[in-house]
Amino acid sequence: MRRAALTLAALALALAPTTAVAQDCPKTTLGDIEDEVMCPVCGTPLGLASEAPQAQDERAYIQQLIDRCKSKDEVKRALVAEYGENVLALPGDEGDDDLGDVLVYVIPALGIVLAAGGIAFAVVRWRRPEAPGRPLAGADGARLDDDMERYDL
Amino acid sequence: MRRVLSPVPIAVICVLGALIALLAYGLAQNEPDRGVDEALARGEREPAPSLELPKLGGGGSASLADYRGQVVVLNFWASWCKPCKDESPLLERWHRRMRDRGGTVLGVDMLDVTGSAQEFIDEYDLTYPMLKDKDGEGLERFGVVQYPETFVIDRQGRIAAVQRGPVDDDFMQRSVAPLLARS
Repeated sequence: MRRAALTLAALALALAPTTAVAQDCPKTTLGDIEDEVMCPVCGTPLGLASEAPQAQDERAYIQQLIDRCKSKDEVKRALVAEYGENVLALPGDEGDDDLGDVLVYVIPALGIVLAAGGIAFAVVRWRRPEAPGRPLAGADGARLDDDMERYDL
Repeated sequence: MRRVLSPVPIAVICVLGALIALLAYGLAQNEPDRGVDEALARGEREPAPSLELPKLGGGGSASLADYRGQVVVLNFWASWCKPCKDESPLLERWHRRMRDRGGTVLGVDMLDVTGSAQEFIDEYDLTYPMLKDKDGEGLERFGVVQYPETFVIDRQGRIAAVQRGPVDDDFMQRSVAPLLARS
């Protein structure tokens, strides 16, 4: 019994530092960051710039930071220090919350709403049967009848 | 009889027009500035754009104006760029040749990780001054679109030659040596 308790205690001691480090070490992955940062030279999100040497270099740098237990935010901050704010792919990531960041989200949403409204309006009009035209009356009607007879239509 | 278009086609035409205008604007914005090349083709030298950047590895900043009166070989490079590796030993040789004759090579590391750039400098034993263009400011001002690009700037601060791509000894002899001869 005593031996078992000692073994358990030794095991707990052996595991304790690992657990503590694992808890202190913020985990993120390259795949998680790739979609949120740009490859500045390629002009595309890093996730789309697969073969470009600059992208590979940037990935290696991110991986180094991840291996050093940096969190996603810390990695992004380090990337901004190296490449400037243009490296951030998501609007609002810069933290300045300017009007442009809001508009980036609002304008596409507004566009979608307007397009959907336009399509709905067009469909409704297209499906509505056309009202029969009023017969011409008076002099216009007589002239039309004359023309129809003359051209034998 | 005049026929009036319904609002839907008008809206569609407006949206299409706006999209085409946006596309044209985007294309125009991405068009690199080739004013320097055109001026050189006419036999003219344009003043080099102003450029002030932090020194690579810290220690303040430096500007192109600091080198006024010298012949400057302004070389835009990055550590991951293969042709940049090929031309670096030649640039270093020319820098050593130039520095006692009122000239210098000035490297601009573009959109690059500082640690990788420093390794590159150590590997090729580069001694010329280096600046860091972290967000592509210099790139835009000089209309740089490929790696590497080199601008030869005369003692009056005007662009005397451009090489889009790696330099070779022939380019340096032709473009730099005559400027060094004139003091």
